[in-house]
Amino acid sequence: MSLTTPDKTGQSIDVVVESLVLAFDGAPLFDALSARFAAGAITCLLGPSGGGKSTLLRAIAGLTRPTQGTVHGGDGAPLDGRIAYMDQSDLLLPWLSARDNVALGARLRGEPVDRIAVDRLLDRVGLAGHEGKTPDALSGGMRQRVALARTLMEDRPVVLMDEPFSAVDALTRYRLQDLACELLRGRTVIMVTHDPQEALRLGHHLFVLSGTPARLQPAQAPDGAPPRAPSAGDLPARHEALLQALSANAGTLPR
Amino acid sequence: MTAAGRIIATVIGLLVLWQLVVWATGAPPYLLPSPLDTVSTLIERAGFIAGHAAVTLAEILAGLVIGATIGVASAILIALFRPARRWLLPVLVTSQVIPVFAIAPLLVLWLGYGMASKVGMATLIIYFPVASSFLDGLRRTDPRWLDLARTMTGGTRPLAVLWQIRIPAALPALGSGLRVAAAVAPIGAVVGEWVGSGAGLGYLMLQANARVQIDLMFAALLTLAAMAVALYFLIDFAVRRAVPWQRETTTALPS
Repeated sequence: MSLTTPDKTGQSIDVVVESLVLAFDGAPLFDALSARFAAGAITCLLGPSGGGKSTLLRAIAGLTRPTQGTVHGGDGAPLDGRIAYMDQSDLLLPWLSARDNVALGARLRGEPVDRIAVDRLLDRVGLAGHEGKTPDALSGGMRQRVALARTLMEDRPVVLMDEPFSAVDALTRYRLQDLACELLRGRTVIMVTHDPQEALRLGHHLFVLSGTPARLQPAQAPDGAPPRAPSAGDLPARHEALLQALSANAGTLPR
Repeated sequence: MTAAGRIIATVIGLLVLWQLVVWATGAPPYLLPSPLDTVSTLIERAGFIAGHAAVTLAEILAGLVIGATIGVASAILIALFRPARRWLLPVLVTSQVIPVFAIAPLLVLWLGYGMASKVGMATLIIYFPVASSFLDGLRRTDPRWLDLARTMTGGTRPLAVLWQIRIPAALPALGSGLRVAAAVAPIGAVVGEWVGSGAGLGYLMLQANARVQIDLMFAALLTLAAMAVALYFLIDFAVRRAVPWQRETTTALPS
């Protein structure tokens, strides 16, 4: 867990969630939920839909204010300005080129755009030669890669991903997982996914979020470093166990 | 069939229908001149009609520029500032519920018989569709884009978000407002000319009608219709060029 990130802070940080209380439509979603997400590692959050995975991610991102409780870095300081967020839809602005979309953060903050860094990132996600194209000229997989480049361009120690690869076909998803794993190395990544296979391929740590109010239960990650091959080592066995854990929890849900 | 082909076919179809009505009813030329009579009058008195058309066109264009500018400005103000919403929204609605016909005499009284009162009328009629549709667009920014911007800026740069995300995202809505404005703008100018003026197509139609020069009246009407249609398509074309990412607008004329 002592991997250092290539970002400007030079240090990867834990993400700490402390006694989070949050209600959704009057029903308690979290009641004193606490968790610690390890620095420099990918943590995958699994669980039934509607179970609060995305809400937890939004609370960490500062997009949803909890009734009580705090979210902060392992150093005790707030996470403001230290997170990058990636959604399941690419959220590219259709009137901007791939290059300008990647530079969106800097453009919004009024900072000078490091065009060399932008083009280098687009090159690393395999989009060299497509920099000037607008999103409508790109395939779904390519757009999601632009979104990945935009997330990396923010160069933040914490990266929050909400089902980042769920909207693309299986082969594209597989390649994007490899790419994300390589490019996100050293950052604290919290990834929400509904796909146990994806969690088992990418996660250093796994959590299942379920129940009302929701509880986080750790699940055993397979051996070896991500990205893991789908049939390597104990992954198939872990897959089986994870599916059982998920279906056991699904039975206790209201829907 | 291309768009141009369809337009030409429609115009020819309408002219044939017009001629058929003239033949079938046997209406005398002083009640319903044939298309041929109208066109020959149009050609004979082209310079005379063009002079009046130029006045009306100038009124429409000035009204369009002023009305659209005020409309865009108030939509932005209302979208940005809560107090502005409380004060300006009633003004916006009032501007629409008062019929232009009812205040036309007032405007002529205040602004005189010249172009100013007609420009004022056109401005009034254009303001509402532009302001309301643009405001609608500004309020309907995809909340996920705004969330993304918030993780990038911490919510500290509302003006940059407005300028770089909300306004571009609302341009298609502004485009539909401008299309409606282009279609109704001639009404404002012509009503103004009817109430009191010394030039313009509305004035010409009123005078020709009073002197039972129905062919001249029809020639003026035809010119006004041609101008209005040309204006609509010009704006439609400009909007599509300005908002190329908006696929829906390109299906305004399904092929």
